[in-house]
Formats: sequence, structure tokens, C-alpha cells
Amino acid sequence: MHIVVCIKQVPDSDKVTIDRETNRLNRAGVPSIINPFDENALEMALQLKDKHGGKITVISMGPPQAEEALRTAMSHGADDAILISDRKFGGADTWATSYTITLALKKLTEPVDLILFGKQAIDGDTAQVGPGVAHFYGVPMITYAKSCEVTENGFRVQQVTDHGYNVWDVEKPAALTVVKEANSLRMPSLKKKMAAKKAEIPVWGVEQLQPEEGKIGLAGSPTKVNKVFAPPIKLNKEILSGEPADMVKELIYKLREKKVL
Amino acid sequence: MSTNKEIWVYAEQENGKLSGVVFELLSEGRKLAAKSGFTLCAVLASAGGKPMHQELFNYGAKKIYNIEDPKLDTYQNDYFSKVMAELIKEQNPEIVLYGASTIGRSLAPTVAVMGWAGLTADCTELDFDTERGLLLQTRPAFGGNIMATIICPDHRPQMSTVRSNVFKKERVSENESGEVVEIKVDLSGVKERMKRVESVVEEVNTVDLKAADYIVSGGRGLGGPENFKIVEGLAGALGGAVGASRATVDAGWISHHHQVGQTGKTVCPLVYIACGISGAIQHLAGMQSADLIIAINKDPDAPIFDVADFGLIGDLHQIVPEFTKQITALRS
Repeated sequence: MHIVVCIKQVPDSDKVTIDRETNRLNRAGVPSIINPFDENALEMALQLKDKHGGKITVISMGPPQAEEALRTAMSHGADDAILISDRKFGGADTWATSYTITLALKKLTEPVDLILFGKQAIDGDTAQVGPGVAHFYGVPMITYAKSCEVTENGFRVQQVTDHGYNVWDVEKPAALTVVKEANSLRMPSLKKKMAAKKAEIPVWGVEQLQPEEGKIGLAGSPTKVNKVFAPPIKLNKEILSGEPADMVKELIYKLREKKVL
Repeated sequence: MSTNKEIWVYAEQENGKLSGVVFELLSEGRKLAAKSGFTLCAVLASAGGKPMHQELFNYGAKKIYNIEDPKLDTYQNDYFSKVMAELIKEQNPEIVLYGASTIGRSLAPTVAVMGWAGLTADCTELDFDTERGLLLQTRPAFGGNIMATIICPDHRPQMSTVRSNVFKKERVSENESGEVVEIKVDLSGVKERMKRVESVVEEVNTVDLKAADYIVSGGRGLGGPENFKIVEGLAGALGGAVGASRATVDAGWISHHHQVGQTGKTVCPLVYIACGISGAIQHLAGMQSADLIIAINKDPDAPIFDVADFGLIGDLHQIVPEFTKQITALRS
């Protein structure tokens, strides 16, 4: 079985802050990590491989330093890695990203049985690239997968819904996006860490992927950022301080005045 | 671009029951329709849609595209995306809005790639730029540390998903009427690649955050999992629900069912009380449409105070139990 796991390198968003004067993100010194939900996708792949054998390829699209994320994935047990990187891919929205990743999947020589994504990335939080790639690549898609078992013709997948869960039988090849509740990523092994350091990771750009004109990067992206700004501040707020009992008394008085208590 | 001057709301339904977010989208859609001059329409794909029409009209739809097929009795991405993509191609609307539910978040991205349309996820604000004729789609970005307004200048339709409880629903009246357009989509050529074998509704509703009037939420400032009992105490006294920040859920202090924020639940209670939550926008994105926000935090510079109506600066371990005590006394 050949499983492809698509991962994204993201800034650890809990550590990103905003400069209220310039409206810019303070990104200096913020560490890059594998998108946490992609770790769950990787672990799902590793568990399937433990049980059924096969091979795991990790793919990431991003700047050259996204290679680190791929090496980390290999230290956890992925067999192969491919980096999709080219300046011309920069500024891609979810449409252009889905298109570009699909070109890489189509270039893989070994047939793919299963493509896994995290349910969303914590920097963009769109959850759109998984379904986008599935459509471009031409395979069925199940979002929010919590578990996946191999069946005769494909997979049996448990999908978390807004009110419970669904169980699906899906034929292979298929694509899934994986939720956090599925599992937690195993520790890397020292041996694999060493091997990952030395592994050769091919970089595929425009030359290798041969995209259609106008479908990549900013030009291929239907959506554009119009402006960014700091979240609005409430102006007429009341700040209370002092002894807890007095503060609470005053607060309750005001809440009753506003008829919310 | 020659388009049909229409705003569509995807009328998500399961087992003949419309999802609550549909009414919220129609209510917001009316404002966009008023500003743009476009017609507000609902798209209803189901095995039998008639009984749902009146409610769609009552919330402001002027036209319903009604698609019926036995294959549309339960949600299946291949069928529903084919229906939407074909209808969009045929009718060429300006704007399409979807709920950011499990279904909407599968359907909308698939439809977007099928038609090279723009799609913006989880918008918290929608507006219309009359000068440029563009939908202004605002959403928290970058892990929720900054807000971004997204536009889609050269592709149609302009599509957005919006989570439930972001917009308020408001009926026009009890007896609105409008036009019903029957649409046939041939699904016989769509191969059945997946089959739903089971669907289970779980009642985890000890945590009914979406329906609660009062929500008391705990953050890292609690200091440890055992201190969630302070939060539970106040929630209990108010007859409300317990919420939590992503940090506490990630640390394993409380189950993810309680998580409020961009990657958790979006809530809209009468009163939201944030205890020891610093207020990353990731969290604020999930609760800032509450009618009234109270923040309790010892750090006067915590960003949570930016969105609060009342800020209590001090030690939550003293303030919250005191709050519980006074509420209990008041209510007895």
C-alpha cells in the first residue's frame, strides 16, 4: 500500500503576536512546526503501514526551509519525501495550492492508494486544500476522519460530524482529512532521525511539474488579500479592580442594570 | 463578466430539516442583497424539498432553486458537488454562501475547484463594496492573530463559508412568498465511489455551548486541570455551560467538546465570562459576537480586555468563587 501524506510547515501560531501600531505580525523568532493536524494524518499512515506494510511518501509545498518539516516526518517513520518549491508558486491561495500539489501527485511513479491531510492548517485554518486536491486528482474525499481501516476494495472510515459520526465505505484510491481525536504522533526514533538527516529530498518546481499557464501562484489564485488589520477594540468598556468582593458586587449591580442577570 | 445578479445561500439540510446556519446566512444575505441590489436565493438539494420552502421564504429568500432526486437523501460529496457545480455553471450567480459545517466544508471547496471560483473560509464579517461590485470577506487569519479582508476580483462566483452563530437569524415574517425554480440534474453518470453505512447522532449535550445563555470559560490562567471546578461552579450557579481555550484542551485539561474558538466552537451567548484566558484571536473569533463579554485576568495588558465590556483585573482564584457565592445568594 502506498500512502501519501501532505504536510505543511507553519509558524507556531500560539507564539505569534501582533504589533498594534504597524498592524504587522511579529514573526521574528517564532518557531516553525509541522501543522499539528498533519501529525495526526502522518500517524494514521504509520498505523496503517504497521498493520498492512507498504510505503509512506510525505509531500510538502512551501519555501526551501519546509524541507525541515519533511525530515522531521521521516524521523517519525515516513519513507520518502518530496518538496514542492518554486518562487513562482508563491502567493498561491487554496485553489492554486490544490492544483500544484495535484501535479506532484500525478508525477509519482508508484500508484497511490490513500492520500492523507490534516483537517486544516493552523495558520490559514481554511480546510480547503484536502478537498481541492481530491477533486483535481479525481478520487473520493472524506473529511474529518477519525479512523480508517483497510477493506477488500478500499477503506472503512469513521467521520466526525457536527452532531456525532458517520461511517463510510470508500473505494481506493481515496483521500481523507484527519482530525486530532484520531491519534497522537509517535516519538521519532534515533535511527530514523539519523537516516532522515542524510536522506535526499527532491525539490519539484515549475520545471518538473509543468503547470498550465496562469494556474499557479498569485496569478492562479481567485482570492486576493484586500487588507489586513488588527482586530477591533471595544471602546466603551469598564475596567474594575480592587477587592474581589467589591468588584463582583459592582459587576452584578451593572449586569442587573443591563438586564442580563 | 456577465453574471446573474444573484446571491445564493446553500440550504443545507439533513433528513428534511434545514440547518440553523441557513437562516443566519439568509438573514445576513438580505443585508448584502439590499446593498448590492442582487436577488437573494436559496439552493435546496434534497430527496423532497417542498416542506422546507416556506421557512426559506420567511427568512428572506425571493427565489428557491429546488433540486430533487432520490440520490440526494443523505449527504454524499460526489452527488452534491455535481449538483452545485452544474447549477452554478448554468446560472452564473455573483455570490454563493455556505455554512462552515462538516457538509459545507466538504462541498464548498470541491465546488470551488470544479469551477475555478474563489472561496474564503470561516468569514466573520461580510460586506459589499458597491463601487467595485465585490464581496468583502473578512476572517481571522494567521492562527487568528490578525484579521484579513479577502476579495475575489476576477473569478465568479465569489464564495464564502460562515460558521454557525456568527450571524444572527431574523425572520422577515411568517408568510413570505417567492418563486420556486425546479431544476433537474442528471446524477446517473456519477459513479458511486463512497457509501454511508452508518450515521450516529451522539448526545454529548452536557456541553451545549451553542444553546447556552451563559458561558463560563477557563484558560491557562486556571493553573491546572483541577481548577476547572471553579469555572464549573460559576457555570452551575448561572445555569450555563463550561467553555475552554485551545491551550487547555491541547494540554489535556478538559475535553475538546468544550473548546471555544476558531478551531473549536463558535458561540453567541447572552453573557460570556472568560476566566484566565489571555485572548488569542483564535479564541476571540469564537466568542466575540456574544452580547456581553466579561474578562477576568490578572494581566491588565491581556488582549481579552480589548473585546470585553467588563474587565476584572485580579486573581481569578479569588474572583470567580466570590462571583459564584454572590450569584448563588442572589438566586436563593
